[in-house]
Amino acid sequence: MNPTSNLDLDTRQETFLDANELIINMGPQHPATHGVLRVILKLDGEKVLGTECVIGYLHRGVEKIAENRTYTMFNPYVDRMDYVAAVSNGLGYCEAVEKLLNVEAPPRAKYIRVILTELNRLASHQLWLGTHALDIGAMTPLFYTFRDREEILKIFEKYCGARLTTHAFRIGGCLYETYDGFEADVKKFLAFVPPKIDEYEELLTTNRIWLERTKNVGNISAKDAIALGVTGPVLRASGVKWDLRKAQPYAAYSDFDFEIPTGQNGDTYDRYLVRLAEMRQSLRIIDQAVNKIPEGPIMAKIPKVIKPAVGEIYHSIEAPKGELGYFIVSDGSTQPYRVRVRPPSFVNLQALDLMVRGQLVADVIAVIGTLDIVLGEVDR
Amino acid sequence: MLDYITSYLNSSTTPGQAGNYFWATVYILIIFAGVSIAVMAMNWIERKALAHFQIRLGPMRVGPHGLLQPIADAIKLLTKEDIIPDGADKLVFWIAPLIILCAAFTTYIVIPFGPTHAVTDLNIGILFMLGVSSLGVLGVVMAGWASNSHYPLIGGLRSSAQMVSYEVAMGLAVVAAILMSSLHGMGFYGVASNGSATGVGTLSMIGIVQAQNEQQTWFLFKFFPLGFLAFGIFAIAMVAETNRAPFDLPEAESELTAGFHTEYSGLRWSLFMLGEYAAMIAVSSIAVTLWMGGWMRPFPHWLAGDTWDLVFSLFPGITFLVLAAFAFLGVIRMPKHPLFKIQTIGLAGFGAVLGLIGLVLLLPPVRYRILDIYWFSAKVAIFMYLYIWYRATFPRYRFDQLMKLGWKVMLPLALGVLILTAILGVVL
Amino acid sequence: MTPVATPVFFYFLSGLAVLSGIVVITRRNPVHSALALIVTLLSLAGMYLMLYAPFVAGVQIILYAGGIMVLFLFVIMLVSIERVEREYQFNKQWVVGILATFLLGILLVLGYSEGKRVFPATPAALPENTNTQQIATFLYGNYLLPFEIASLLLLVAIVGAVVMAKKRI
Repeated sequence: MNPTSNLDLDTRQETFLDANELIINMGPQHPATHGVLRVILKLDGEKVLGTECVIGYLHRGVEKIAENRTYTMFNPYVDRMDYVAAVSNGLGYCEAVEKLLNVEAPPRAKYIRVILTELNRLASHQLWLGTHALDIGAMTPLFYTFRDREEILKIFEKYCGARLTTHAFRIGGCLYETYDGFEADVKKFLAFVPPKIDEYEELLTTNRIWLERTKNVGNISAKDAIALGVTGPVLRASGVKWDLRKAQPYAAYSDFDFEIPTGQNGDTYDRYLVRLAEMRQSLRIIDQAVNKIPEGPIMAKIPKVIKPAVGEIYHSIEAPKGELGYFIVSDGSTQPYRVRVRPPSFVNLQALDLMVRGQLVADVIAVIGTLDIVLGEVDR
Repeated sequence: MLDYITSYLNSSTTPGQAGNYFWATVYILIIFAGVSIAVMAMNWIERKALAHFQIRLGPMRVGPHGLLQPIADAIKLLTKEDIIPDGADKLVFWIAPLIILCAAFTTYIVIPFGPTHAVTDLNIGILFMLGVSSLGVLGVVMAGWASNSHYPLIGGLRSSAQMVSYEVAMGLAVVAAILMSSLHGMGFYGVASNGSATGVGTLSMIGIVQAQNEQQTWFLFKFFPLGFLAFGIFAIAMVAETNRAPFDLPEAESELTAGFHTEYSGLRWSLFMLGEYAAMIAVSSIAVTLWMGGWMRPFPHWLAGDTWDLVFSLFPGITFLVLAAFAFLGVIRMPKHPLFKIQTIGLAGFGAVLGLIGLVLLLPPVRYRILDIYWFSAKVAIFMYLYIWYRATFPRYRFDQLMKLGWKVMLPLALGVLILTAILGVVL
Repeated sequence: MTPVATPVFFYFLSGLAVLSGIVVITRRNPVHSALALIVTLLSLAGMYLMLYAPFVAGVQIILYAGGIMVLFLFVIMLVSIERVEREYQFNKQWVVGILATFLLGILLVLGYSEGKRVFPATPAALPENTNTQQIATFLYGNYLLPFEIASLLLLVAIVGAVVMAKKRI
């Protein structure tokens, strides 16, 4: 593999003054690449002429492993892909297999799934905000967001025993009933968090330095975003009102009333505003859900040994980072024939080249942060 | 011997002007020791304050509440291996931190802690300070180059370009303050009482503070908002000058090029940090002297009289007693665990020392002599806290935005303030 | 204030200036030459101080040593060192060099001997605290027009530099 094949490395330079192009390597060990990502930059002085991302440093062969595990055994592996938003990964996989089996989770399970997934969306966005601000130089929001994220992780821990890789759902519904005081905890959290989000906004949204660092940085137009297959807040910040929770509702999302925030310019500042607004919309969804969790069973009737009929299914959900899709091919046995994951970060990362062309080197880091990539998902 | 000391204490000029070598040397030694201790204290305060801004605790283990952390850091840095990069120019590599350090420390010669409490009072005091701190830029350039590595070179050149750009805005703001020192009018918009045009200003630091005294206003409020604008320009430019947040792109870790001091380790790196903090204190002293009245207590003319003098003279002692109270509060809140016994005793001892100093500062003979130094140090301490506050709060400026700010915003603004000050000075 | 140990300082500063001047022209590494030039300029600033001209000394340090030399160093550091170091230190024109030095030496000796008659042996102790004011009076009073012309010239130089350095306007 020649990683620099399309960058034309044949540039010698006599002095810095008559250097036309400079190839600089960023990563894989770098404080700002959110994981092991290697970005090769072709620079003209300070301006970026092109980039090439070299990925694969975190490849663990998850999809191949899936071919040797039963459907239930594969469930914990899914959390490890986007380890920041593990609950969403589990939701996507479980719903995909349920579709393959032609069963539906009972309403109570759906509501529990929605509440935990939206909590996870909030946690993922909070982590994104802290690390993105840190890359741009503001050290303090990181600590604030992590402190508030602790409350969400405490709820997860009380529910299923794990904070990060939760394995919260099972095929057919949920395994664990909500613990005593779950609704009270969630309601306490709903009262606790809105002033904190206001605090993050107070630190950053009107800060002149933040505006200068993020406005008109990493622009991507709606047309380019759709052409590249970019999804999630990146797409919505470019003005396209596309959210799978509304377009192809899954779980219990059709029961709730919420908005899809969009931006106009598709720059980093709009993505920041869109994700902040999404945090508030998540709170709205959780508020509606927690007040009317229906009674009933939490697990559908599925056979003890899961052997779906021969066939294939593609099911996607709106993960915090974008459209997370699972394409599962079943050959009738207990183990899937093929599981292909469509990770949102992988597809969004392809937009990096377009977004940083013509910008300065210091903006590359801001753009990588604003794309909200998780290398576990990109590499699988 | 004793009357030698007392006769000196009653002198009316600085030892440099009086040609008194002994006392000048004593002052220099006191300043050297004082600045070193101040830098260590600043290191501790920065880590603790930054931590509290970020809802953490900061160093807590080394000494009670981390008070001995700077000493531990110093020992660690001193015992580290001295690595010189292969192919680096040894002479220049060795000299660069020394130049920064010497430039930073030489500026302390003219900093007035009181009307007679400076090493000397050069009649070009401000010019001297600006000049010597611009020699520090050379040290940065040399440090970046001597590392024989691509990234420190770029980082060093960027750092020095930033410092040179903001020196221009700083200089213009300083000129505005010097202009104000030549005026006769009293108060914020005072009209010259003797009807004549402006008098002769002075570049001497002590002279500028005395001009503020005569005009009965801090230059911060003179021709409001002009003095405030000039002060604001200087306050921002001095943060950029010392390469501190939000202008610390050349030395930030999460950017592509690391700073000019990447290849320095151990003692050499600690010299850089010493020079940086000393430069911070030095430029804050300029700001305090030029705009905030130097060693004058607040409201010396508006709240004049013996009782007010008495009230304000109690401040130093009360400050130390308040600090001692905080220390004892910390003692009370220490966990009651046998492992914490030494820390508790240490903190109590520290609190006792602070309390003792506070009580000593309340005694009348000491009280009136220490006032100038105290008010000056208190004002400089405010600036130090502001430095830490900026670091915790603001994101970083990108380099081209930083230069744009320095040349396209600060420079025209400073020129405008200068012209308006001159016009107002002649007209009023 | 009475000057102290003037001959000591004078010989020290002038020796330093001459020595570092020699270092400037004999070093292979241009960065070392630039650093030696900085030492020369600083010793010159010291000499201005001894001539009761503190303002000129301060401005010499700020502008020359702290500004112009920094820019010199920028340019030197951005140009690749290896090519420069491979160049010859001295060109082969010994005869013309010695002749020019000889003539310059005669000129200096003539200047010194003629000048000895004009200037007094011991200079008057000028008041040093009016140096700034005197310079300002002359600069903005008698010599205002040359001052403005000089600033215009500098502006032209800046514009020219920007035009040459920018790739497109």
